[in-house]
Amino acid sequence: MTEAAPAHAEAHHEPGFVRKYLFSTDHKMIGKQFLTVSLFMLIIGGGLAMLVRWQLAWPGSVIPGMGWVPEPYMVQGTISPAFYNTAFTMHATIMIFFVVMPILVGCFGNFLIPLMIGARDMAFPVLNMLSFWVALLSGILMLAGFVVPGGHASGGWTSYAPLSAVPAYTGVDWGQNLWCISIIVLGISSLMGSINYITTIINMRAPGMTWFRMPLVIWSLFITAILLLLALPVLTAALGMLLMDRMAGTSFFIPKGGGQPLLWQHLFWFFGHPEVYIMILPAMGIASDLLATFSRKPIFGYKAMAYSMIGIAFLGWIVWGHHMFQSGMSPALGTSFMISTMVIGVPSAIKVFNWLGTLWGGSIRFTTAMLHALAFVSMFLIGGLSGIFMASTPVDIFIHDTYFIVAHIHYVLFGGSLFAIFGGITYWFPKMYGRMMNETLGKIHFFLTFIFFNGTFFPMHILGIGGHMRRIFNPEYYDFLKPLQPVNHFITVNALCLGATQFIFAFNYYYSLYKGKKAEQNPWKANTLEWVAATPPPHGNFDAIPTVFRGPYEYSSPLVTEDWLPQNRDLGPASGLAH
Amino acid sequence: MSQWLPEDISTYGPDVDRLFYLIYYITGFACIGVLLCMLYFLVKYRHREGRRAIYSHGNNTLEIIWTIVPALVFVMLGFMSRSVWAHIRQTLPETDIRVRVTGKQFNWVMQYPGLDGVLGTADDVKAENSLHVPTGKPVRVILSSEDVIHSFFLPNARLKQDAVPGRDIEVWFEATKPGKYDIPCAELCGFGHGNMLGYLTVHDPASFKAWAAEKKAFPVEGGGA
Ligand code: HEM
Ligand SMILES: [Cu+2]
Ligand SMILES: [Cu+2]
Repeated sequence: MTEAAPAHAEAHHEPGFVRKYLFSTDHKMIGKQFLTVSLFMLIIGGGLAMLVRWQLAWPGSVIPGMGWVPEPYMVQGTISPAFYNTAFTMHATIMIFFVVMPILVGCFGNFLIPLMIGARDMAFPVLNMLSFWVALLSGILMLAGFVVPGGHASGGWTSYAPLSAVPAYTGVDWGQNLWCISIIVLGISSLMGSINYITTIINMRAPGMTWFRMPLVIWSLFITAILLLLALPVLTAALGMLLMDRMAGTSFFIPKGGGQPLLWQHLFWFFGHPEVYIMILPAMGIASDLLATFSRKPIFGYKAMAYSMIGIAFLGWIVWGHHMFQSGMSPALGTSFMISTMVIGVPSAIKVFNWLGTLWGGSIRFTTAMLHALAFVSMFLIGGLSGIFMASTPVDIFIHDTYFIVAHIHYVLFGGSLFAIFGGITYWFPKMYGRMMNETLGKIHFFLTFIFFNGTFFPMHILGIGGHMRRIFNPEYYDFLKPLQPVNHFITVNALCLGATQFIFAFNYYYSLYKGKKAEQNPWKANTLEWVAATPPPHGNFDAIPTVFRGPYEYSSPLVTEDWLPQNRDLGPASGLAH
Repeated sequence: MSQWLPEDISTYGPDVDRLFYLIYYITGFACIGVLLCMLYFLVKYRHREGRRAIYSHGNNTLEIIWTIVPALVFVMLGFMSRSVWAHIRQTLPETDIRVRVTGKQFNWVMQYPGLDGVLGTADDVKAENSLHVPTGKPVRVILSSEDVIHSFFLPNARLKQDAVPGRDIEVWFEATKPGKYDIPCAELCGFGHGNMLGYLTVHDPASFKAWAAEKKAFPVEGGGA
């Protein structure tokens, strides 16, 4: 890059509207841009989930208020089987690629990394700006798929070939092509982002910010960036092959031309499993920081936490086959994938116990952000434990491709990632916008979300154990599922309430943006460097780059009378005592 | 709880179910234990004026314990799963009841060997969406697909296996209880996926013989019963 970061940051003149809010190279603004766009996508992804749920509870009935949607999507307000497939495909695609990833990595990564390591900006600010605009382009391409003839992709977010490789099999033509192209473009964006994050974290840490003085969020984002850098190109290559099968007459995945359907699955899950960690590691980092701050305690076993994240990242590359136990892969391979999958459970268990250890002996404050972090731990626990059923190959025979999996996915991705996202937004909102979010509204939103979340997703385990397949248009069609239909009703009622509850969050967010209480510089009395910067931080972040004397979690240290000890506070010779 | 899993009608089903319940009890115990512990901490260590949090960075002994204990549990589960898996998937018992099942958008096509008892010859008998098997004999199913990937699911027999175009995949089960059961497709295969449904009819040996004779699906003297 020609533009060296320090020189750029020293230019303190206020940029105009366009440079400030649109084509900004300021990492904080780019983070907020990612957040704004992703929250918009959350509404679309959530709306699609409501359609899916409606159909499952009351198959074929008219959905109130949906009469305006034209055919072939909806027929006078009812969902067609083809559109049903599109709905859950795009629900999952949007949630994964346009909500969870961009918020965790795009928003928190951008906003937090320079601030928390004491840098003025990212290493490559212009590349950073481009990464947002390329991601936005990708989002537009994805949404465009909804209006092309033939409808949007409907092969599931996993797009298993040959279903996805031959237009005739789904009847979808440009929708699936756009789906592939959009995700290839998104891959380019995250490549730019991850190169930037890795370079920034390696090179631009403030004096004294050693590796083991970095907050766990930064560790998690660093490891995530490495995973992204290595995993997404695999997907990009696979998508390129899929597009060629669709448009250029090749047959990588089509048996009629000599291709191998399972090749797609291997490539997809070789990306897909690390992807799961891309969506959970930053959430773990966020939860760790929140738990320490609001327990007023150092994180329990900081190094074990960092090493277990590294362990998860390494092991994550050798377990992809656990998604393919019933795919026709060799049963002997199934056994080795089972063993490696069981092994990867260990670092996750370590993390849960360390979070508990952090609460032990604390002085716990139940702020909205903390409640979300606690929900993260308990829901991630349930999601992790249900994963053991799938890891056991014989049990997976039964529950593979059932609602048990859907329950598992959501305990990890909603109960885990999304709760951490809500917690993170509430926690860093004051630093982002200079105002506090409303705590009362925040708590109402939290409790309702927590209740309806469990009401929605816990019974899905029961459906799965009963054998309810996922991705089916009409559960009433099967004799053996008839007794389960009341469970489907219960789930859908909870899901609709869960969806409605999110408007409280949206209201709180926009209300607080303009009318929220003005925030102090460090409202939570936290130790990490972002709270040393002004609120909200100016372009360039710090008046002077802080020097770091200790780790990020020195809460309730006996060295000082307050219960917090910022990383940059110089205690003279005494500083040496704490690490 | 036990009525939640659909009724099992296969010989290896109880092994799968036992493993399921074992994991269910272990994870249930771990889950409730951790959640109770967490609740206790939340109440006991809630913020009160004048009390300061304990300043501690961790405890190595504890960390070693809670690394090793889950690791041992996982290793144990891995070994127990391995033997059941090997029984179901790695050793296919010899049998003269062999049926080819081919998935296609959106039906199951069953192909019985016919009177010569050999699959793939001119006298094979084809039927859509109906699989007939006897109790008390292993049945071998040779799975393939004409177009996209489907997944052959016998919920009551604890059997699920993808049918992949371009491959023949062999699986087996042995039914124990006569009756009629659903054969859904468990892998998304297009807009008709949710209507793709066949039926498994399990006969006792005598009625299987009668059926096989009537349909000329199996050589009645040889493999019929
Ligand atoms: C209001 C909240 C949500 C509801 C009611 C909901 C509902 C659903 C339902 C019913 C399905 C299954 C469709 C089917 O297979 O038949 C599904 C699938 C899925 N959802 Fe959600 N969801 C919600 C939020 C989320 C979030 C926050 C994520 C985050 C990434 C997410 C990710 C997924 C994924 C990955 C699938 C898998 C789709 C597949 O492979 O079949 N969902 N969701
Ligand atoms: Cu995986
Ligand atoms: Cu299907």
